[in-house]
Amino acid sequence: MDRNRKRRVRLIVATSAAILLAGALAYTSFSAASDAKDPSQLAASAVAGRSYQLTGKVAPGYRRQGDVLLFRVQDRHGPGSVLVRYTGAVPDPFRAGREVIVTVRKDGTGFTGEKDSLVTKCPSKYTAAPSTRAT
Amino acid sequence: MLNLGRAALSLALLIAVYGIAASLYGARSGRRRWVDSGRRSVYALAATLTVAFVVLEAAFVRSDFSFAVVASHSSTTTPTFYRAAAMWSSQEGSLLLWVWLLSLWSSLVLFLTRQRLREVVPYATAVLLGFAGFFAALVVFLANPFALANPVPAEGTGLQPLLRHPSMMIHPPLLYSGYTLFTVPFAFAVGALVARRVDAEWIRATRRFALAAWLFLGVGILIGARWSWSELGWGGYWAWDPVENASLMPWLTGTAFIHSIMMQEKRGMMKVWNASLVLATGVLAILGTFLVRSGILESIHAFGGSTLGKPFLALIAALMVGSVALVASRRAELRSEARLESLLSRESMFVLNNVVLVGLCFVIFWGTFFPLISEAVSGQKASVGPPWFDRYTVPLAIALVLLSGLGPVIAWRRATPANVVRTLRGPLVVATAIAAAALLLGVAARPWALAMFGAGAFAAAVAVQEFWRGARARRSATGEPAPAALVGLVRRNRRRYGGYLVHIGMAVIFVGVAASSAFQGVHDVRLSPGQSAHIDGYDVRYRRATSALSNEKVTLGAVLDVSRNGRHVATLAPTRGYYASLDTRLGPVGRFFDGEATSEVGLRAGLRRDFWTAVQPDVGAMQSMIDGLDKRFPLATGRTEGLLLAALAARYEVAPPPASFRLIVSPLVEWIWLGGAIAALGGLIALWPAAALARRRATVLSRVRLGRQPSHA
Repeated sequence: MDRNRKRRVRLIVATSAAILLAGALAYTSFSAASDAKDPSQLAASAVAGRSYQLTGKVAPGYRRQGDVLLFRVQDRHGPGSVLVRYTGAVPDPFRAGREVIVTVRKDGTGFTGEKDSLVTKCPSKYTAAPSTRAT
Repeated sequence: MLNLGRAALSLALLIAVYGIAASLYGARSGRRRWVDSGRRSVYALAATLTVAFVVLEAAFVRSDFSFAVVASHSSTTTPTFYRAAAMWSSQEGSLLLWVWLLSLWSSLVLFLTRQRLREVVPYATAVLLGFAGFFAALVVFLANPFALANPVPAEGTGLQPLLRHPSMMIHPPLLYSGYTLFTVPFAFAVGALVARRVDAEWIRATRRFALAAWLFLGVGILIGARWSWSELGWGGYWAWDPVENASLMPWLTGTAFIHSIMMQEKRGMMKVWNASLVLATGVLAILGTFLVRSGILESIHAFGGSTLGKPFLALIAALMVGSVALVASRRAELRSEARLESLLSRESMFVLNNVVLVGLCFVIFWGTFFPLISEAVSGQKASVGPPWFDRYTVPLAIALVLLSGLGPVIAWRRATPANVVRTLRGPLVVATAIAAAALLLGVAARPWALAMFGAGAFAAAVAVQEFWRGARARRSATGEPAPAALVGLVRRNRRRYGGYLVHIGMAVIFVGVAASSAFQGVHDVRLSPGQSAHIDGYDVRYRRATSALSNEKVTLGAVLDVSRNGRHVATLAPTRGYYASLDTRLGPVGRFFDGEATSEVGLRAGLRRDFWTAVQPDVGAMQSMIDGLDKRFPLATGRTEGLLLAALAARYEVAPPPASFRLIVSPLVEWIWLGGAIAALGGLIALWPAAALARRRATVLSRVRLGRQPSHA
């Protein structure tokens, strides 16, 4: 096989492999993804059995019942909220008013959080406290 | 002092603008004086930004709450050690740190290249100053760290307790050093392309900066992971968060670049690839900074309410369009001087290594930006989790480790299969033995982990064999004793043997990651004092509850006895600290349990496994006592408040409610930090200028000086 033909074959093989891999990447990412929703979207359209990535702020009044943490996640800018029953690691910065991300499934009237899926905003990234006004 | 800081920032912005104009005018007109003036403006920029940096640092250390950023990120009760680091926990302070580091590295590279690359340096100076100008404009107009607090509070909010860890003193500066150092080869690549000087000289001039960027970024990432493992109460070290991924992506493409530039230096190959790779790395470094500050993706590390997304997006768009246009317009000059002669050659191994590294980067990029991709395609934001990332990154990582073993022993241009097999016989035996031992230990259920153990053993054995062969050859040539021959070998070729040490370190890291991911046991238990739990062969007994008081927190904890087969293994004392809230509406006791809380992990680290534990005291069970104390003594302060807290703490010790514990047994986690230290040592060795090279440079420099001063000759 002459050199040019050899190079062409290599190029075709490499390009085909890259296209196949990219296709697999795209397919698996769409099939494995969880829809990201805020509380009001979730309350309006959640389907039982499907998992969603819920993002919002922790509402005041959360409590523990044994190993279960019960808390409401509310919209960042709005009144909508949903109740989440969660077991697993609770990040240290978890508090009312903090932004959280948690993977949930619809369960009756509320939502069950996937174990250990609760994350809160990194503590270095909070906005400044409102008590000081910069000029 | 606020005015001094503001003036320094404004001056820095003016200097950057002037420097860009001077450098470009000097380059286009050929007037050397303007080019020198552009270079000196970088030194002036560094000096000016140092003033701004020192003013802000001094304000943090002195707790000067007239600075809004100090009032919102520090307090008088924050320990001095952490007050100094509080600066980069703020958006404004971290941007100042970014541009200050950039100005320092830019000054260093321009000083080192002041007699070299005359056509390239002016454009590189303009690019570096362009970055500096962009960040200076951000801190002047959008996130000024010298804003006045109005009214000036008597006390600051304080540094978030979770950040009070020694790692956090150096984690952000290391990451930012990595990001800013990657802009140096980026700028020189742009300069080389604009000036059409696309030989390997710009690579030689900036190779050490690329290596330093790789080293700083890598160590920064590992320190962040170590902090997460030993400080945060969730029991992990990597979460595939967008901002974590953003730091990994330029590190991966930077790793590819460090390898592929050898092909351009030695054989004049891969010029388009190298230029594209370094430009992509520079863009990814800015992308990392963008992700933290734009709020475009849901990330636990992103600044809330940031308004800096649009300027960053504009910068990234300009960088991408400019980079593609530049490479496309110079494709004739970037043509390779040699062709790949054989698939069994060092060049092929480098190409494969680059394909895997860039593939890894692409997978991570896709997963990170998938919420935006999915929204564009389906109108619905969706995200992928760690299992999706693992599905692709694990096999690619195994391939990478295998290639790091194959590459060093395959000859340049063309190798014969017989030679390769002969060289690899020893390492293959070691890898097979390790894999067999792992199988006997029951690893078969986790085939990916088994494959990684074999690949890691293979790569490490190849590197050790190279050290042994080189030392043996040197010993027979010089008659030196073995240790001296080994040291001499490394000193003579620091880049090569430093690189091998990095390969060993990376193999150790990957084995640690594979073992700790595949065989980690996580258990959540609820225990009262005297009760025990049996997990993964260990008996864990909750011996007693503990408490401690200080002027800013109440600490509740537990003492756990860990034993195995009746033998005492460790005594662990995890605690949880409750910091007082500044909310004056809360009671004197209750405010401690409505503020920030942090876990102090109980950790027994070992080379074979770590035993990790965190405690979550049931504060809810004490709520009636807390409410009662607040109701009876609503105005208690100072000593009275201390007495109330002491009563609560004593009650907790005597009659503690059941506490929740997370117990983790994780094998080989320490290998990750050990491997990181080995790789960092290798990186330092590769980075350090060789004695012979330093001598050659000194000779060249003295010749240059003698040439410029004939009367002294």
